[in-house]
Amino acid sequence: MATVFQKPKALTSAPLHYCPGCTHGIVHRLVAQAIDELGVEGRTVGVASVGCSVMCYDYFACDMVQAPHGRAQAVATGLKRARPENVIFTYQGDGDLAAIGTAETVHAATRGENITVIFINNAIYGMTGGQMAPTSLPGQITQTTPYGRDTDTAGYPVRVCELLSTLDGVAFAQRVTVDCVKNVNIARKAIKKAFQNQLDGKGYSIVEVLSTCPTNWGLTPVESLDWLRENMIPYYPLGVYKDIDSGVKKGGAAE
Amino acid sequence: MKVLMKGNEALGEAAIRAGCRHFFGYPITPQTELAAYMSKRMPKIGGTYLQAESEIAAVNMVLGASAAGVRAMTSSSSPGISLKSEGISYMAGSDLPALIINVQRGGPGLGGIQPSQADYWQATKATGHGDFQILVFAPSTVQEMVDLVSEAFDAADRWRMPAMILADGMLGQMMEPVELPEEGERAQVEKPWAACGHGDKREHNIINSLYLTPDKLEDLVVERYKRYEQVKAREQRAEEYLCDDADVIIVAYGASSRVARSAVNKAREKGEKVGLLRPITLWPFPVDALRKAAGRAKAFLTVEMSMGQMVDDVRLAIDCRVPVEFFGRTGGMIPTPGEVLERVEGLL
Repeated sequence: MATVFQKPKALTSAPLHYCPGCTHGIVHRLVAQAIDELGVEGRTVGVASVGCSVMCYDYFACDMVQAPHGRAQAVATGLKRARPENVIFTYQGDGDLAAIGTAETVHAATRGENITVIFINNAIYGMTGGQMAPTSLPGQITQTTPYGRDTDTAGYPVRVCELLSTLDGVAFAQRVTVDCVKNVNIARKAIKKAFQNQLDGKGYSIVEVLSTCPTNWGLTPVESLDWLRENMIPYYPLGVYKDIDSGVKKGGAAE
Repeated sequence: MKVLMKGNEALGEAAIRAGCRHFFGYPITPQTELAAYMSKRMPKIGGTYLQAESEIAAVNMVLGASAAGVRAMTSSSSPGISLKSEGISYMAGSDLPALIINVQRGGPGLGGIQPSQADYWQATKATGHGDFQILVFAPSTVQEMVDLVSEAFDAADRWRMPAMILADGMLGQMMEPVELPEEGERAQVEKPWAACGHGDKREHNIINSLYLTPDKLEDLVVERYKRYEQVKAREQRAEEYLCDDADVIIVAYGASSRVARSAVNKAREKGEKVGLLRPITLWPFPVDALRKAAGRAKAFLTVEMSMGQMVDDVRLAIDCRVPVEFFGRTGGMIPTPGEVLERVEGLL
């Protein structure tokens, strides 16, 4: 009997600890699938960040390093500079990448480090129990914005792909989501391209994945996907923000 | 052949000759010559010099390079070391070797840029959060800076823990003749634990400091402390100068030990029995040498460029069996041999 679907080799058999309806599982699969398809598991080193995905070092079958909060791209820089033949990726959430790790993100990007960055944006701090993230939307209720995010006092969300697309060191920046089969396929291609770019020596490539957090959003998995479509995508438009191959410099094309 | 080198530059050349090809830094006085030297040398030998966006980023780049299994280092001065403390704790918790150089300046806060030894507590007791130690080496000459760089890299690899060279602005900025070792004189250990790609030949390696199960974390920390006991038994180093018949022994390390040595010579010229015990490792602290000395001397005087930090360790090492007095200057002031002699004579 032909096998039409199976777990990627680059994922271990460890049971995932993620909540029902959380999209980490899908994104883990897409990352592992890209590693499988490119045949690079044996020379790949992943960098886990601090947040819900901190224990992804148990889930990816390649060598893994767990970085201090926000420092994943500095750690990745050290790994890549030490062994340029290795394939290095980071897997980071919004608090890690766009709050405490903003400096490390912007400077790894502007140096054009030849690494792949997978950025999970679910507009909330998941692991610590649902506090405001740098990407929480205006008016969004979280544990630390109980009256809704007030932009007068808590400021505005950070649009990471837009911000990074202005830097000359960035080769590729695309925002995707995984709310439906069509978008999962777009995400799959974007993630593979972000790895392929590294193999081709093109430089810094980031894929931002708009993701859900049903537990801390206080919604069911299905309601979460609706909330993502109705609230997150309008604020964070999907598409390619930078691609040195096609010359795209910001916003627009979704595929 | 001896060459005349500035301390900061000698540290850099010594690191290269110890096989280090990965330097991650951030400018800060009075260590900047070290980074500048590396920026000149590394590109010529296929190495990495990277000026990071912050000391925090630099130390985490060291973490990454070390995790990949290569010799990596960073250098800074006091305020910058505070920023690196996060990364040092993570490296200790992940059993990663690394070399961190602290060319100390006056503190606290932005302090000053003149030589100081006020980071002794930070280096030996609390380089970051959590239960851990790092190896701390305290050179007192430019030659010893060169020698201890190799020793520090080797010991860090041997024990899988970060090592620090605790220097100061005086040692970093002064020039002395040095003999440099040839590269490759000392063998490096294998690092089967490194995260450098499993090559489909082994299980995946994980470099990690997170353990959410308390009994597992306790076990790991207790294991690490057993290793620290071995380090204490094997790595303690101190130099004794005219201690055999000394009535009073000065305990001083680094730049202040140079001043203390002059004071000892002056005392000896006057026929006064004064010696110097100079810790070369600050962690592990040379308690064995001090205990031995405590059986002979009737008093100790620690001389430090701080308000008195090592003095507590000397008292503990000898169980307060004889008086241990302190003399120091701080804020970038350097004690004079005359001042030290006056204090020592008060104890004779």
